[in-house]
Amino acid sequence: MKVIYTDSLIIGGGLAGLRVAIAAKQRGYESIILSLIPAKRSHSAAAQGGMQASLGACVKGDGDDEDVHFGDTVKGSDWGCDQDVARMFVNTAPKAIRQFAAWGVPWSRVQGGDREVIINGQKVTITEKHEAQGLITARDFGGTKKWRTCFTSDGTGHTMLYAMDNKAIQMEIPVHERKEAIALIHEDGVCHGAVVRDLITGKLIAYVAKATTIATGGYGRLYAVSTNAVISEGIGTAIALETGIATLGNMEAVQFHPTAIVPVGILTTEGCRGDGGLLLDKDGYRFMPDYEPDKKELASRDVVSRRMTEHMRKGKGVSSRYGDHLWLDITLLGRKHIEKNLREVKEICEYFLGIDPVKEYIPVRPTQHYSMGGVRTKATGESPTLKGLFSAGEAACWDMHGFNRLGGNSVAETVVAGMIVGEYVADHCAANGLNVSTHTIQYFLKKEEKKITDLLVRDYGENPFELKAAMQKIMMDKVGIFRNGEDLAQAVEELKVLNQRARNIALRNRISSSNPELVEAIRVPKMIKLAQCVAYGAMLRTESRGAHAREDYPERNDRDWLKRTLTTWKDDAADLPEVSYENLDVMRMELAPGSRGYGVDNTVHHPDTEKREAQIDQIKKDNPGADRHEMQELLNPLTIPEKFKGKNERIGRGYK
Amino acid sequence: MSDQARILKFQIFRYNPLKQGDKPRMVTYEVTEAPGMTIFIALNDIRENQDPSLQFDFVCRAGICGSCGMVVNGRPDLACRTLTSKFPEGEIKLLPLPGFELIGDLSVNTGKFMRAMSERVESWIHDIKADEVNYDRLEERMDPEVADQIYELERCVECGCCISACATKRMRPDFLSAVGFMRLARYALDPRDKRTDEEFYEIMGDDDGVFGCMTLLGCEDYCPKDLPHQTQIAYLRRKMVQVR
Repeated sequence: MKVIYTDSLIIGGGLAGLRVAIAAKQRGYESIILSLIPAKRSHSAAAQGGMQASLGACVKGDGDDEDVHFGDTVKGSDWGCDQDVARMFVNTAPKAIRQFAAWGVPWSRVQGGDREVIINGQKVTITEKHEAQGLITARDFGGTKKWRTCFTSDGTGHTMLYAMDNKAIQMEIPVHERKEAIALIHEDGVCHGAVVRDLITGKLIAYVAKATTIATGGYGRLYAVSTNAVISEGIGTAIALETGIATLGNMEAVQFHPTAIVPVGILTTEGCRGDGGLLLDKDGYRFMPDYEPDKKELASRDVVSRRMTEHMRKGKGVSSRYGDHLWLDITLLGRKHIEKNLREVKEICEYFLGIDPVKEYIPVRPTQHYSMGGVRTKATGESPTLKGLFSAGEAACWDMHGFNRLGGNSVAETVVAGMIVGEYVADHCAANGLNVSTHTIQYFLKKEEKKITDLLVRDYGENPFELKAAMQKIMMDKVGIFRNGEDLAQAVEELKVLNQRARNIALRNRISSSNPELVEAIRVPKMIKLAQCVAYGAMLRTESRGAHAREDYPERNDRDWLKRTLTTWKDDAADLPEVSYENLDVMRMELAPGSRGYGVDNTVHHPDTEKREAQIDQIKKDNPGADRHEMQELLNPLTIPEKFKGKNERIGRGYK
Repeated sequence: MSDQARILKFQIFRYNPLKQGDKPRMVTYEVTEAPGMTIFIALNDIRENQDPSLQFDFVCRAGICGSCGMVVNGRPDLACRTLTSKFPEGEIKLLPLPGFELIGDLSVNTGKFMRAMSERVESWIHDIKADEVNYDRLEERMDPEVADQIYELERCVECGCCISACATKRMRPDFLSAVGFMRLARYALDPRDKRTDEEFYEIMGDDDGVFGCMTLLGCEDYCPKDLPHQTQIAYLRRKMVQVR
């Protein structure tokens, strides 16, 4: 029995995992990161467009602050988010980006003076302030009131991930590469680490830790076409589910990005539209202003994706052998801008489509992109039900995104959550010892060993690749952008059958060491369970909110559905998860539910909404002298680690 | 494009060092070409439908993560963004990248190599103040052009193609190589890194460093990100010559 002990075990070597490890190590706790791949190859690298932080240095960001960012994030979430967490996030994002600047990210900077930009299809000259020269600049993104998305060209995720991994290397944090956590070790409601398979030797190792953090990213690969990396299969989320104790939150909240290329689904950044790119139909007509007169191409992603789908359903899509698509036109931005600020997009167009986006339109259509759901955590990042289990980044339902994430808020979440959750992980390590019996460790190791042996000796059974393809097709066809009760019920039934079949997988390549088919056989049953959580949660949620759009229940129903879906899988023999709900308390919201300012407003209101609005007005009236920081404390008092409590400075404004 | 789909012939290097008695060999697989097919799509097709033991590495499949470097018809390149239509003969020979530890078939351990490289060149900002930065305050300003220039050198994805294309590396196993030089050039350019030229000299001022380069420039020829290796190696050399 091979056992490795550490204080803090982090599963996943992307931005969130690395940042948690750094925080724990800074506080003196040994951290080990497990990663399927070298950390610098994590999916975080694929975030092209940027990171939202309300620095307000560029002229179009003038007047921006935490409050504006907060409002955008809550509206973006369609009031589905946890407002305490959204608040922690917006207040800490400027600190995260500034720390990152010191750690080496070459953020694009403000150049004082005139420059030409494209706004609403027109060339416009804007004048950057000379006093802001050399501060971090920002670009426009969807669903935001200000230009707030900080960037390095369109390689933001890459530069962030490199700086973060380099920091971890400097701090001598070990990354155990090509290791896959396949089960959590837990006893009496406490998590003690994970059973880990070495993907080269096939050996099982127990990693035992005081705190275990899941930072394995999203579950986009439940869908046949996704912008996500091929490793974004949700396995970290699934092993939390398989404890039967940890809960998953809002698994049905799945985002579709408007502009992935057709057919392969590789992303072209929202920065294309943020920088002035347009969406055109088969007639070369710019249709978004007809649907969204205010935000046009830059409404939130859920809204733009739905409008595009609506427009294609009217017969306005461009037909191709891969089905209908629309055009993304960035030709109006000009060669110089594209080669400097959208060069990854240009490379992708050249290599995968054989076109030059400086001269030609890009074929795009909405494609699965982001998982708002994940391991449900408290604001501290810890599971409310399984002590010692933490989660951060896309893998978590920390819940700052609710039912729709804004562009630029995901890489921002990874580093901000990494900072905050990392502190709580360190607190946990300080307060707890390693109390786990070797019997428990052995029990979990043996259990996983037996599953693998069963796979290796079974002579006849199911092909894991076929099961996965069948699952991905169900999710594409029946749990997509627009959903309805009938399709969802069918998806739930069909996935149940796949779940049964997945208990009987047999291999053609029966060796225990490095074996891609065995990897698949271990993952596919877990992925099917996650798919069931998504489909079942979507079937039960009879309203439309953010990215969850029901054709048979088109209204956002605050009265009955202002709640978070919680999913558990208590009995491994069951063929469906158990679903329950937790209410979002309107009376504690800093921003009472209202209109997003884009999309269709057809809300069925919650009885508390008016009460809370009146209460907020009263608090404002009662405290006429309160500045915005004091007002926030009155409306939404925050618990946050002391080191993140400082006010953020802005150019021309100081700490106000 | 004709409607008749081509049959592609893949000749693939097969060897699993962990399987007792396994011998390195080339195996041929036939795949029906589909429109827009990349080597990523073709290899997955082979794994799913012909040989589930075939090992290879892909992560982003979009040409940005650097996982899938391999030798494609004699050239080190990123397999995920290589379209099969590029090869008029329809014959594609795939070998693992040389210069790295072989895991199996087309999979090599670039991660171990790159981590060691990062440790060797101390691939981070050297500034004791970086850890104590007051992040409530305005960030340090930076010349916008310098920021852009740093990004140009930071676009490396550590795919390892430069290592595989490097003749000096073949002769000197400890040669730092282009990926390491590019990283050093990136930090040497960065005003936030307080290292002196003398400190950089300690890292690269010998024959395993920048003076060992034979200037054959396979790195420049095969870099999938078109990084300016030639210019940067020349720049580092001039800089290092001036130190002593």
